[in-house]
Amino acid sequence: MILHAGVLGLLVGGTVIVALMLFGSLVGVRILRTWNPMSTSEEQLILERQTYLVSVLVAVALWIEIGSALLFIHTVDDLHELFVGAMCATGTLNANPVGWWVLAAKGAIVLLFPIWLAVNGLDQRSGSFPLVRLKYGLLLVLTPLAVADLSLQIAYFGGLQPDIITSCCGALFSESSDTVTGDLAAIPAVLAFPVFLAVSLLFLAAVGWARVSPRPISRIIAAVLSPVTLAVGVVAVISFVSVAYYELPTHHCPFDLFQSGSAFVGYPLMFSLVAAVVLAAMPGALLMVTQHPALRDVAAGSERRWLTGAAAAFTIFLVVAIWPLVFGNLAWESM
Amino acid sequence: MRRHLKLLDFALASLRRRPLKSWGLVVVYAFTVAVVASVLLLTRAIREEAAQILVAAPELTVQRVVGGRHEPIPLSYGDAIRGLPGVMGVEARFWGYTYDAVTDSTITVMGASEGLQGLEMIEGRLPTTATECAVGAGVAEMWGAGTGGEVILVDAESTGVPYEVVGVFRAPSEMLTNDLVTMTSVEAAVFLGLPDGTATDLAVRIANPNEVDTVAAKIKRAHPDSRPITRSEVLRTYDAVFHWRSGMMLAVFSGALVAFAILAWDKATGLSAEERREIGILKAIGWDTADVLELKVWEGLTISLTSLMLGLIAAMVHVFVLGAPLLVPVLRGWSVLFPELRPAPFVDPYMLFAIAFLTVVPYVAATVAPSWKAAITDPDEVVRG
Repeated sequence: MILHAGVLGLLVGGTVIVALMLFGSLVGVRILRTWNPMSTSEEQLILERQTYLVSVLVAVALWIEIGSALLFIHTVDDLHELFVGAMCATGTLNANPVGWWVLAAKGAIVLLFPIWLAVNGLDQRSGSFPLVRLKYGLLLVLTPLAVADLSLQIAYFGGLQPDIITSCCGALFSESSDTVTGDLAAIPAVLAFPVFLAVSLLFLAAVGWARVSPRPISRIIAAVLSPVTLAVGVVAVISFVSVAYYELPTHHCPFDLFQSGSAFVGYPLMFSLVAAVVLAAMPGALLMVTQHPALRDVAAGSERRWLTGAAAAFTIFLVVAIWPLVFGNLAWESM
Repeated sequence: MRRHLKLLDFALASLRRRPLKSWGLVVVYAFTVAVVASVLLLTRAIREEAAQILVAAPELTVQRVVGGRHEPIPLSYGDAIRGLPGVMGVEARFWGYTYDAVTDSTITVMGASEGLQGLEMIEGRLPTTATECAVGAGVAEMWGAGTGGEVILVDAESTGVPYEVVGVFRAPSEMLTNDLVTMTSVEAAVFLGLPDGTATDLAVRIANPNEVDTVAAKIKRAHPDSRPITRSEVLRTYDAVFHWRSGMMLAVFSGALVAFAILAWDKATGLSAEERREIGILKAIGWDTADVLELKVWEGLTISLTSLMLGLIAAMVHVFVLGAPLLVPVLRGWSVLFPELRPAPFVDPYMLFAIAFLTVVPYVAATVAPSWKAAITDPDEVVRG
């Protein structure tokens, strides 16, 4: 175990998240078991009040989790100095491969939590709580994820030994590497860039269409395009965006973008991409919910905000991704 | 937006109405932040100081180990190492410690020519004869011995040996030179009682940093009783040690963090009759539970940000202005002659984030349920008393 301020912060944050989520789930189970919107009993009134408590608990947990994701990336990057062979976060994650699972768990939570908050927001604004069962069912999925996240973090940081010799991004993201990441790194920019541009424009057009049209098909298309855009965005970052920022044709590591040498550009780049695809997927993913008669009016306003947010976040992502290609010094042929 | 600002305005007014309770919490909160921030700021300052020392250090230091203990290394090892490809030069270093009973301090004695590239002479020159020495600024100040003065050091045979001070020096990192006395290499070897033909260790200069590990492996193969230590290993060890020390301090401090969270919980739970009436009236005139909850969130944020700022300012004054007198002995080790630490002030967003995670997150977690409890106050119940 490495006693480092970031590590302690992450463990404190993880423990708080799990405590909040477990408490929320306990209340949630009680609500699931005895909820009766037709009842005017005192017990039902108490349950309705407790829904506010759960909302606040989960909202606080989400914000801590988003902060925790940022802190995790920066901490594993900061810890690389302790490992022979590590030059960035990749080396620290390779020093104990459980780290990659922590990253996956944090990614899943950051992608799923906003959906819960959206369902909760719609439910509370409707006044009649039509989504209570759905949201507490979802909460029982999210809580084990938060527990898994904390357990994996304990296993990861507990298993980090400073005398481990690790391999870094030069090996994992090398064009000659026989791994998926190596294959992604080997995709030439002349091939990856047109595909990236086409998918990006398609995604923006779908989001724009969903924003102006009330037809469900527009939302479904935006939702289906979201994971595709996320995948293509990550491939683009590994294939040519990272190369353009480093101005080094052989270096494809996405984690070096989170370092001071790259002006921490990885944070706006990756978080704007994630925010864009989550917000764009929300109206389609919640189509069954938003069509509920009690929610139609409330949902219309929320959907417009989500889609506007998605378009804004994706524009930020595009600007940050394309900036070094236009204003950088690296020639296209060398990417 | 206007609604949120109005709620913030109301939250500020509400905090001002209860100055004793608000400021009491802010003081304890800020103190908690100040302790965490001081530990992190000081650790970072010491790590940078250590890194600065090692800039001028040789790429490879070779020691001899007998029975797991550090022993003087034969100079003949140096001749063999000098012949290895990639080695630019090998210097034998003669250094050790002597205890000065008068000032109750440990002095580092070193041969003058080796490994002292970073030295800047404040006055005088380096020693050239067996009866001369040059002293670090800290030693000069402690003994009140400037150029032309005389110092008496106790050698390996417990005999006091007088030396004439011919120079006073300092280095970019005070930690390196504050307790240092230099003399000629031959005299240092005699003074420290090193057997003939041996040195304390060997400093090996290597042109290509990529070859350091290979050269180290070759030395180890040729001389199995040697211990080659690379500069990057030393740096990593320093990093690990200081991270560990600061982590230990924070872990020890975690009890205080829990106490603080309990205090925050208690303060948030213990609503006065006046506060309960206030919330009851607000709800009676049309505020709903979400509005009161938001009001409580704003109150919490105001207290958190104020405490975070005050705590950080206090930590910066403690570390950067006062030289962290409360923490230095624990974090750095202890010695009479440790230099005063005057690190350059800096603000690192990552550190702020880590501090917030260690202090604000427990506070928020402790106050969320009491805030809800306050928000669901039934107006009818409260107003009727």
